[in-house]
Amino acid sequence: MKAIKILERSLAAIPIMFGVAIVVFLFMRLTPGDPVDIMMGQGGAVSAGEMEQLRAEFHLDQPLHIQLWLFLKDAVRGDLGYSYVQKLPVTRLVAERLPATMELATAALLVSLTIALPVGILSATRQNSLLDRFSMAGAFLGISMPGFWLGIVLILIFAVRLKWLPVQGRVDFESQFTPVTGFFVLDSLLTGNRAALISSLKHLALPALTLGAPVSAVVARVIRSSMLETLRSDYVTLARSKGLSEWSVVFKHALRNALIPTVTVVGLQVGVLLGGNMIVETVFSWPGLGRMVVGAIFDRDFPLVQGSVMVYAFTFVIANLVVDILYTYLNPKISL
Amino acid sequence: MEITPSIATPMQRLLYLWRIRWRLTLRALKEFGRQLLGHPVALVAGIIILAYLLGAIFAPQITSHDPARGNLRLRFQPPAWQEGGSWEYPLGTDAQGRDLLTRIIYGARISLLVGGLSVGISILLGSTLGALTGYYRGRLDAIISRLADLLLAFPFLIFAIGVMAFMGPGFTNLIMALTFKGWVEFFRVVRGEMMAEKTQEYVEAARVSGLGHTAIIAKEILPNIIQSVFVLGTLRMGDMIIMEASLSFLGLGIQPHIPAWGSMVASGRDYMLVSWWVSTFPGIALLILVLSINLFGEGLRDILDPRLKLQG
Repeated sequence: MKAIKILERSLAAIPIMFGVAIVVFLFMRLTPGDPVDIMMGQGGAVSAGEMEQLRAEFHLDQPLHIQLWLFLKDAVRGDLGYSYVQKLPVTRLVAERLPATMELATAALLVSLTIALPVGILSATRQNSLLDRFSMAGAFLGISMPGFWLGIVLILIFAVRLKWLPVQGRVDFESQFTPVTGFFVLDSLLTGNRAALISSLKHLALPALTLGAPVSAVVARVIRSSMLETLRSDYVTLARSKGLSEWSVVFKHALRNALIPTVTVVGLQVGVLLGGNMIVETVFSWPGLGRMVVGAIFDRDFPLVQGSVMVYAFTFVIANLVVDILYTYLNPKISL
Repeated sequence: MEITPSIATPMQRLLYLWRIRWRLTLRALKEFGRQLLGHPVALVAGIIILAYLLGAIFAPQITSHDPARGNLRLRFQPPAWQEGGSWEYPLGTDAQGRDLLTRIIYGARISLLVGGLSVGISILLGSTLGALTGYYRGRLDAIISRLADLLLAFPFLIFAIGVMAFMGPGFTNLIMALTFKGWVEFFRVVRGEMMAEKTQEYVEAARVSGLGHTAIIAKEILPNIIQSVFVLGTLRMGDMIIMEASLSFLGLGIQPHIPAWGSMVASGRDYMLVSWWVSTFPGIALLILVLSINLFGEGLRDILDPRLKLQG
């Protein structure tokens, strides 16, 4: 029964993905004038023949609905077009950069949950205490803080002044190792390279903190408020009156239910992680998808921008799908 | 309230109605002011926002420096309290020898203007569409709701960056990039509330008394919803301002010669090792403004709409 519902929910994501692809396709229409002209404006002298060839490659010589059809047909086959500047398939370029981005996003999510869970739970169990007020003020600050600025301030403090952590990149030049998965932390573990492991963790620390900070602020607030709600509910009072230890009341009874709304919010925060990704990768020169897109924007490499935005949106759709499915396991009362 | 006087002409009747309406508005405003006084955090936040607003409007009167033109001989002057700094340039100067404080004050114009306009247009568009579709439902509702779902599939900043990448930098483009997706949330709130309110008795009563649909939407239902829209609008304004700053940080904001906080932080990035202040201060100005707007929004929610629980 559950499997069927999960399948149903997954199938419902397909039209959304098609819609996303159509919206991304329409992006190209936003350019004032002819995209090929604009791209060539920076490319130097090009013959009329080459222009025509490029126009044909982008199907710009066809009517709009045919262009859309061709675009969707290619996208379904995993063909997101050719990067005009790098002369390589967009899918390949994205795939090359994706591990770095995924590693950063995963680390940021872990950092934010490591901060948010204890802070949220402690604030709720000690409502209105100094700790509660302090952490909620911190959470407010985290929500209002622009990520690019936080990154720069962290660099100023920990890299420039204290010299504890590196300014940019993923790993030191000296620590040579062969990438297996593209996740450097994992790779250095797999190859047993201790120096590379420490180096990659050090490189990961500041970007992950910068990207995770706003997420942890939002999640801590949600955990606190939903914990407060569950702690006041009848079944928690019952558990208390049965003489259960406070530990068991908080963690076994209250937290489990408080996590249900939290999961949804974490799912939505994946959007923040993805959006902040371009910013943080730019600040820390992290060689991931985000930095590639920002570069592609200034190169006027429209196919690459288009393809990458689509990958971001798809990731977001899939993340929310996963959250929805997770939801059913956490809360047996709710069916998909 | 006074007893209805004898009404002679339709004009008099109209004037009388307007007088009552005015008095009610005044009373509501007074009540709001009274409650704001009991909410010190929101009050202070409101005063800070007002200060930013006044600073932005009267920027040329506040500072005598030119925000665009600098003196290359005075590059990277440190803040006044550091060795080598002077009170002529309280927060120091940037790579082109321009006064940082002046540029920060002028930068408030862009942040407030973009934040205000993009939220304003989003509210207008989202509420109108939400009110119409929530009330009438039908095919238009189906189409617009699908479109809203679709836009929700994009992370906001990614969407804005994507739009700006194709449209190119510029003020109008920036506002458009932010409102293309910004209206969705207001649309969903108003549509949802509209559908709920529509079944209420007072709406039924208004319809029985012969009021037209447009009048019911505009005069009966919308005043009950508008408060949650205001609260949401305030909370989203902070997000929009951060988003604008993020876009200008990436070089996708307005034209580079106009001072904006995001691009100021970006320009200081290359000189971080020697002059920390160039990136730091515009960011602090941004942080204080957004923090104040968020705190004011939370206060507004407590005062206007304690039921409403908007997350994030």
